[in-house]
Amino acid sequence: MVTMAFRRRAQRRNNLRALLYLSPWLVGFSIFFAYPLISTVYFSFQRYDLFTLEPVGLLNYRYFFKDDATWTSIKNTLWLVAVMVPLRVLFGLGVAQLVTRLKAGAGVFRTIFYLPSLVPLVAGTLGFVYLLNPSTGPVQSILGAVGIQSPDWFGDPAWSKWGLTLLALWSIGDLMVIFMASLLDVPRQLYEAAAIDGASAWQQFFRITLPVVRPVIMFAAVTGVIQTLQYFTQAMVAARVASGATDSAGSVFTPGYPDQSTLTFPELLFEQGFRDFAMGYACVLALVLFVVSMVFTVILLRQFRGFAEEEA
Amino acid sequence: MKRVVTALAALALAATACTAGNQAAPPPKIEPSATSHEPVTIQFWHGFSADNELKAFADTLAGFKQKFPWITVKTTKAVQDDQILQAVRGGNPPDVALSFTTDSVAEFCKANIFQDLNPYLAASKIDATTLFPKVIDQYTQYAGKRCVMPMLADAYGLYYNKKLMQGNPPPKTLSELTELTKKLTVRDASGNIKVAGFVPSSQMYENAPIHTSVMVGAKWTNPDGTSAVAGDPQWKKLMTWQKDLVDWFGYDKLEKFRKGFGDEWSADNPFEKGKVAMAVDGEWRTAMIAADVPDLDYGTAPMPVADDQADRYGAGFIAGTVIGIPRGAAHPEAAWELVKYLTTDTGSLVTLSNAIRNVPSTLPALQSPDLKIDDHFKTFLDIFANPNSVTLPAHINSVFNQQTLQEAQIKWESGRAPSLDGVLADVDKKINDKLKLTAGG
Repeated sequence: MVTMAFRRRAQRRNNLRALLYLSPWLVGFSIFFAYPLISTVYFSFQRYDLFTLEPVGLLNYRYFFKDDATWTSIKNTLWLVAVMVPLRVLFGLGVAQLVTRLKAGAGVFRTIFYLPSLVPLVAGTLGFVYLLNPSTGPVQSILGAVGIQSPDWFGDPAWSKWGLTLLALWSIGDLMVIFMASLLDVPRQLYEAAAIDGASAWQQFFRITLPVVRPVIMFAAVTGVIQTLQYFTQAMVAARVASGATDSAGSVFTPGYPDQSTLTFPELLFEQGFRDFAMGYACVLALVLFVVSMVFTVILLRQFRGFAEEEA
Repeated sequence: MKRVVTALAALALAATACTAGNQAAPPPKIEPSATSHEPVTIQFWHGFSADNELKAFADTLAGFKQKFPWITVKTTKAVQDDQILQAVRGGNPPDVALSFTTDSVAEFCKANIFQDLNPYLAASKIDATTLFPKVIDQYTQYAGKRCVMPMLADAYGLYYNKKLMQGNPPPKTLSELTELTKKLTVRDASGNIKVAGFVPSSQMYENAPIHTSVMVGAKWTNPDGTSAVAGDPQWKKLMTWQKDLVDWFGYDKLEKFRKGFGDEWSADNPFEKGKVAMAVDGEWRTAMIAADVPDLDYGTAPMPVADDQADRYGAGFIAGTVIGIPRGAAHPEAAWELVKYLTTDTGSLVTLSNAIRNVPSTLPALQSPDLKIDDHFKTFLDIFANPNSVTLPAHINSVFNQQTLQEAQIKWESGRAPSLDGVLADVDKKINDKLKLTAGG
């Protein structure tokens, strides 16, 4: 009996000690994650204009299902995930392949491709909208000289998302660097042996390069998806500049210009919460974004575990 | 561990409830008139940033200091509404805050972000109904609360370039505007627009529906706040007129031309550059033209009206700068003295109006002999005084409503919407659904 009591006390002491060691994390977790998350759930059942609260039950959730702008923003965001992310991965891998194979001037080309990713998002987007302006942009001037009319990249809903995709491909430097690191890791002997065996360049790529860089491709894809689910700045700036909206009374800027074709989910969330004072509804949107991002994070973690096991 | 998580959740929930409770707390009770002459320093946040505006403001505040030597005003320039809201939420607001837009007035009043000024007005024996033109009431009040006062106003009319008009008088009806636009537009051999008589697109700088709706007398909302857009045939009239004229230009050609314009607020403004013969704009443009292109030979007139509404010619759209005392202001009595001075003192309003060419917002200031009036500016004073001039009444979803209609206009004039009736019905649905979400209407 004495032994049992002693063990229990020892166990309790151990638990307390563990809790003490964990306490810094617990405090951070509570303040920066648990509290905001619980608050968000709580506010999602309220009519909350940032100043006053009124319980409204499921009103905000019902609005989610009938608001056209919400579904448009979901469609746009999924389009960007389905088109922009794969294109960025493919382009990043392609550029990395090229610059790792260059015999001369590799440093110059690496710098040229990497530099755009250092340009601040707002500045880069402003520059792109200017370059692609169908009236005064240099791209149109060049195309016009050979008789081609450039599309209104950021003013035509059929082209606007492609305009944003071009912008994303331009700033491929971040992905190029990690692909390069991975490609340079592939032992040269493998290529030499394959070449002796008569393997073509494509066979070398699919049989040697791809298996080695697969974990990096998966990492780029999943982080790309998570980043694209939070896509905000470029869409907001491009729409604002392209619409010509000004900051004067009576001139309102409509995010998603033109025709909500660039309205992304985070943009809608921001607009609902901070412009329309519908913070309760914004909390519903935030929870949806949280859940979807969480799903992709779990996929990422599982994939990494899979790779780690393979490596082992 | 389970108990720890439960306790944390309970704590977080309690904190959430506390936060919400604090946010919903009523504004503190304050005395409505100054009783103490103890030295006091008050914080004043405003949105002005241009050099001439700041100088005019400094001159006006110097007048205030002479009148109220015990009150020192510390100003912060270039402040936006977002910053004011954050400061009020954080419990550290300025004593006086100014907003350039009237779009947030309903929210300011509803959520008590700004204090109700009716008790102050009563204590100071100021009768707002006789001091301000009636139209101002609609954008400084919401649900019986006057939480902001008007400090200068803006009136919108038509600017015309006399040289480009080729001797034609400014149009008074939409038919005349159409005819003149077609007559004055110049294209090159490829059909590209070189000079436009008038750009009818709702995407043109000041052609937002809030301004152009005056031309047909269109109504935005019903008294209960629901949308009146689809039910008011005037919107259909305006948008049909706009689309017909856009089609005459060719939407793509017009967009290409519009996207070549310089910044609205610079000397590259297309009207100042002579790229458009006629443009809708506010009275402030007179000061900008005087600074940027003093030799420009131009005139100003009221906006044209629908052919069957000739008796409404002379009216325009009115809005303005508003100023108030945020909830939680540290020195409300001194703050009220500044608000009262800036919004009711004839000398102060005239000084500011003469310097930055905005319309003074009180009836006595409009009559002041010290007000500098030239032919260009007089047009806007007349528009301001016109009983048919309108504003956008304070609405809880003001920005959303404007965005929704403007989005519909763009879709319609670009030819991307199959039917105007369908577009307008969709506007109604969106506005009404949003009203239920934000106000329970």
